[in-house]
Amino acid sequence: MTLVMILTTMAVFATMGLALVRALKGPTVYDRILAVNVFGTKTVLVVALIAYINGHDDLIDVALVYALINFIAVVAVLKLTKMRDLAKAGKGDITDG
Amino acid sequence: MRYIISLTLVLAALWLAVSGVYKPLILMLGAGSVALVVWLSLRMEVVGVEHNPVLFSWRLPLYWLWLVWQIVVTNINVARLILSPGRIHPRMLSVPVPHKTAVAKVAYANSVTLTPGTVSLLLTEKELTVHALDIGSARELEAGTMAERIAWLEGSPTEQP
Amino acid sequence: MAESVVDILSWILLLAGGAAGVIGGIGLLRFPDFYTRLHAAGVTETLCALAILLGLALQSGLSLVTVKLIMILLFLLFTAPTATHALARAAMVDGVEPEVEEEEEESESTPGERPSNT
Repeated sequence: MTLVMILTTMAVFATMGLALVRALKGPTVYDRILAVNVFGTKTVLVVALIAYINGHDDLIDVALVYALINFIAVVAVLKLTKMRDLAKAGKGDITDG
Repeated sequence: MRYIISLTLVLAALWLAVSGVYKPLILMLGAGSVALVVWLSLRMEVVGVEHNPVLFSWRLPLYWLWLVWQIVVTNINVARLILSPGRIHPRMLSVPVPHKTAVAKVAYANSVTLTPGTVSLLLTEKELTVHALDIGSARELEAGTMAERIAWLEGSPTEQP
Repeated sequence: MAESVVDILSWILLLAGGAAGVIGGIGLLRFPDFYTRLHAAGVTETLCALAILLGLALQSGLSLVTVKLIMILLFLLFTAPTATHALARAAMVDGVEPEVEEEEEESESTPGERPSNT
């Protein structure tokens, strides 16, 4: 069982590596944010997998919190690159539907 | 008042599920945090604002099951396209949004994005602009199966499951 | 007996999730423009998370850990489209043009028939 989990963890690490390559290559800033978003989601999965491999159930909480933070971080970074200011709202904002 | 009670109950259940430690002191801290969040929500004036009966319909779990199945199917399709990238034909298209409530419209746009192969770009009152990865995904969206399902979820009388 | 069936199901789910992740990562590298990469990212964010978290949930049966895993899953599935949409919207407002093929000749042919040119 542990072997299967380690294999899965390796696969997720490989995905993170590929996302990192895309984050470094760009070319637009949105490609980079997209890659970082994928990287963050995979981090959640890796933390959950490691919790099972080690048998530390408490790590699941870390994964839960990371899932919450990752989303907020992506939206915040997106807003920061769009508006150069986290508090301001206006034309061209990401919430400008 | 109803919304305050339901919010408190949901938060308490959430806290109990996440905590897993049931000692008196910890339970008191949990009750305190629930009270704090309810107070903050009241201050933000968000309690009950987005209430919608659709959210508590028995149809929601059925729709989720169908959506998960749809996610698996479209994922396999996109995975095939990734492994042979010569076949992608990206395109933009607009599909009508026949639903009445805002929740149903947002659920439609979210479901479209959630199934790989189609990403919603712009949602307006009547129309949804979509970027599709290949013709198959575009056709499937134009066929309107998902829109019908959402209408069923919304409870429109003209549609059947 | 029943337990080994659950175990095998969970292995299959875990390995399928890992494979979906790698395929999505390859797509993230190989697809030509930003909007098509959104689809590749979608594969890693939906199927990969779904399969791996369900596979882990099968391992622990009915317990608080499973509840937490389901919460993670629900949260990921609720936020992924929001983040994707915000990204696509921001890129569109910023003027990143999607590479779109001509409509006319494709509308008559079926997906498989057309010679590839991408």
